[in-house]
Amino acid sequence: MVEKTTNHGRSSKIRYSSIHRNLIESQQLKNQKTIMSEHHHKETFVTKYIFSQDHKMISKQFLITGIIMGVIGVFMSMLFRMQIAWPEQSFSLIEAFLGSHQTDGVMDPDMYLALVTIHGTIMVFFVLTAGLSGTFSNLLIPLQIGARDMASGFMNMISYWMFFISSVIMVISLFVEAGPASAGWTIYPPLSALPQAIPGSGMGMTLWLVSMAIFVASSLIGSLNYIVTILNLRTKGMKMTRLPLTMWAFFITAVIGVVSFPVLLSAALLLIFDRSFGTSFYLSDIFISGEVLHYQGGSPVLFEHLFWFLGHPEVYIVLLPALGITSEVIATNSRKPIFGYRAMIGSIMAIAFLSTIVWGHHMFISGMNPFLGSVFTFTTLLIAIPSAVKGFNYITTLWKGNLQMNPAMLFSIGLVSTFITGGLTGIVLGDSALDINVHDTYFVVAHFHLVMGVSAIYGMYAGIYHWFPKMYGRMMDKTLGYWHFWITAIAAYGVFFPMHFIGLAGLPRRYYSNTAFPLFDDLSDVNVVITMFALLGGASQIIFLVNFFMSIYKGKKATQNPWKSTTLEWTTPVEGIHGNWPGKIPTVERWAYDYSKPGHDEDFVMQTEPLKDGEEES
Amino acid sequence: MLALFYIFIAVAVALGIWQVNKLTSYRKTILKNDKNEDVVAIAKSEENPIATEKDNDIHGKFFFVFLIGFYILMGYCLFFLNDIMLPESASVEGENDDNLFLISFVLIGIVQFATQGLLFYFSFKYRGINNRKALFYADSHKLELIWTTIPTIVLTGLIGYGLYTWNDIMDLSTAENPIVIEVYAQQFNWQARYAGADNTLGRGNVRNIKGINTIGVDMTDVNGADDVPVRELHLPKGRKIVFKFRSQDVLHSAYMPHFRAQMNCVPGMVTEFGFTPKFTTEEMRMQEETVIKVNGINKIRKAKGEDPYVFDYLLLCNKICGASHYNMQMKIVVEEEAAFYSWLKKQPTMAEVVK
Repeated sequence: MVEKTTNHGRSSKIRYSSIHRNLIESQQLKNQKTIMSEHHHKETFVTKYIFSQDHKMISKQFLITGIIMGVIGVFMSMLFRMQIAWPEQSFSLIEAFLGSHQTDGVMDPDMYLALVTIHGTIMVFFVLTAGLSGTFSNLLIPLQIGARDMASGFMNMISYWMFFISSVIMVISLFVEAGPASAGWTIYPPLSALPQAIPGSGMGMTLWLVSMAIFVASSLIGSLNYIVTILNLRTKGMKMTRLPLTMWAFFITAVIGVVSFPVLLSAALLLIFDRSFGTSFYLSDIFISGEVLHYQGGSPVLFEHLFWFLGHPEVYIVLLPALGITSEVIATNSRKPIFGYRAMIGSIMAIAFLSTIVWGHHMFISGMNPFLGSVFTFTTLLIAIPSAVKGFNYITTLWKGNLQMNPAMLFSIGLVSTFITGGLTGIVLGDSALDINVHDTYFVVAHFHLVMGVSAIYGMYAGIYHWFPKMYGRMMDKTLGYWHFWITAIAAYGVFFPMHFIGLAGLPRRYYSNTAFPLFDDLSDVNVVITMFALLGGASQIIFLVNFFMSIYKGKKATQNPWKSTTLEWTTPVEGIHGNWPGKIPTVERWAYDYSKPGHDEDFVMQTEPLKDGEEES
Repeated sequence: MLALFYIFIAVAVALGIWQVNKLTSYRKTILKNDKNEDVVAIAKSEENPIATEKDNDIHGKFFFVFLIGFYILMGYCLFFLNDIMLPESASVEGENDDNLFLISFVLIGIVQFATQGLLFYFSFKYRGINNRKALFYADSHKLELIWTTIPTIVLTGLIGYGLYTWNDIMDLSTAENPIVIEVYAQQFNWQARYAGADNTLGRGNVRNIKGINTIGVDMTDVNGADDVPVRELHLPKGRKIVFKFRSQDVLHSAYMPHFRAQMNCVPGMVTEFGFTPKFTTEEMRMQEETVIKVNGINKIRKAKGEDPYVFDYLLLCNKICGASHYNMQMKIVVEEEAAFYSWLKKQPTMAEVVK
């Protein structure tokens, strides 16, 4: 029916909305049928838990895979932090986990670089892209817009399984004899292209590239699904301007992903060509291991452009979902509407647009034309404006609220704090003139860990604590949540705040040891303190793991709307049935933020509740 | 096997945390039995999984304490870590850089101080109380306008000054009679080549690398004969230096933090950067900031029984380049022009080296 209409129709508005309606109806009809048929066919273990097409199950799969990858990634950082603080000392812990690569428990330089590289890759892509976006886009999009499931459950399933395969390949690469990829998570050639330059650029790098290529495909399939679902499957009354900010964040994130991830794939493909088929896209004039290589005419700078065309938007792919989750959690727990809803949407869009034209600020001193540097400084500093708007809006939302200090709320407030602290130093790094001296120092490491690493992780935790009842029908333990937050919050600042200053002292990142430079001897104490906090922070995540996995089985049974939230997901039954709502899909009558609205008895009004006579929609 | 042991310990600790946490929810309570006698019982108090008024109070106050702790951390880092910072810029071009940095940092500091204060203070002040209703305050165009325009104006200023500084540093076309030096990177050391009497570097390419001609100077190029290859960089004070960077294998980055100078070395292309040294090595050693920093370092070194450290300018590699990336350095000596030229004269030229 839909296709017929499209064939005849031209893009008039009426036509579009009728297509739209038809699509929703046909989808609902289809889903209704699925639900009917469910009474006859019982799902098997395989269709329910493994090759599931249900968005709620897929989101749990993303989350748990992400958590496992996160454990690996964080643990790696703890190991290499030990090497930085106590260079070339022997640890039985290092010997136990890194085994044959080590001599008597001392980490060797190649292994150090491998750990740094894989830590970055895992955290950025596997935890904060797939683990965060994958989990919450899948869980929340159908629930918050009022749809039975994703537009294509099948593609959704494929998306998860490709992510799973890419995770497995990445983990396998850790066990390659010459070690995993070690050229930094940015894998700049020629280092990443030449096994003569570093052993990890052999088989380890090949597996890295294969894994990432599959990852990009997974991400694209997922993103397209999110976009289509949000645009086409909103329930009756759910105008774009009534969407919760989580939806806006996930929607725009998916759009950025679709725009920029393919470029990473092409960058990786050309690198594969250079490595395996002798082309010279990125390589030229190379003399290594006593011989001149045949490569001629390529440029590593091309790779940097292609890489950062994804790499920078990637920051926002990681961050925007976290900010979306935070908006929702802060509004709910402040019992106040999010301040400046439209300004928030505007900022998300502005950030998304600007994020695609600032990639050059990673390359001010790459050798590209200095004039380009000027342009990128300009666009980069502009991005501070929408970011500032977001920060101020969060703070104003708290003002005169009635703050409910649930663990999710604590993490959201923590996010706003680290987002500001980390974001502000971006003003230094985005300024090409200042970047010269802090580029690739620990100042950068501190900056991006706070603004996108810690912030996004906080957003992820906020989301997990907040929507755990929706995922498992049980509540997480509050007390453990509090312990988890406070130790993490103290440790995170303990690690990354002093780190700015050793960067300002000129300490380059990715140094296996700083002992070769007496110049940096006075930084060693600070480095020890940082490592202590890192070990504390890493270890404290065990509290979360315990809480998460034990609560799945032993948590207190959840009520339907534990946080007294207004959005649609809290109108579904606690058990989380296939198709989400047992009867008809609810219709939406108002925006998502009617908290403490005058004229209502309760301090929240569900989105499904019709406007009273004479009541104005905000 | 040891790894399994560690994992086992972690799991045991994890389960312990859960159990201890559960135990704390059991409370001693006094109940009445049928005979109306007091009976002490251990009962599980039903914990509410959602924040109560008490939780709001506790964690609201924690946020306030956290804020104070954070202020102390900021203050400590700003004032006490000052001794480990880099000393004043040793290049003329770096002065603007230092200035711009100071302005940016003061601005950032003020905003950081204010916004973190508001954020945590509000978290404390408006911690939830039962039966209180929050203020329904969804929008204010006036406020939005204020905090859109103020950052815009401030940033416009910063961008303007930043771009001026950037152009001042990067524009080498106006340099009068500069000294041209090639800095050559390879895994894992630095070499350099002075342009010689004609102040023009001879062509270089990795395909010319042969024996002692380790940086691939084209010996058929007449400009190359008088070039001077060296392993230690000497710079004259007060003269504009134009560096040309090359790399023979992977990306490196020539980082000279004291001069606020850095540029990547890219195989297959020549990149450039320039600055004018302001203080000789000797003068820099006498600078107050340097003296404080060096004393601090030597105190640590003495405690470890290591030789005392004397300040020197350095060229470091600051782009991951392989196993010994962490130890790829070259000493830089800045001296008066006369001393520089007499040093340079003593170094053999390419023609003399290669023959």
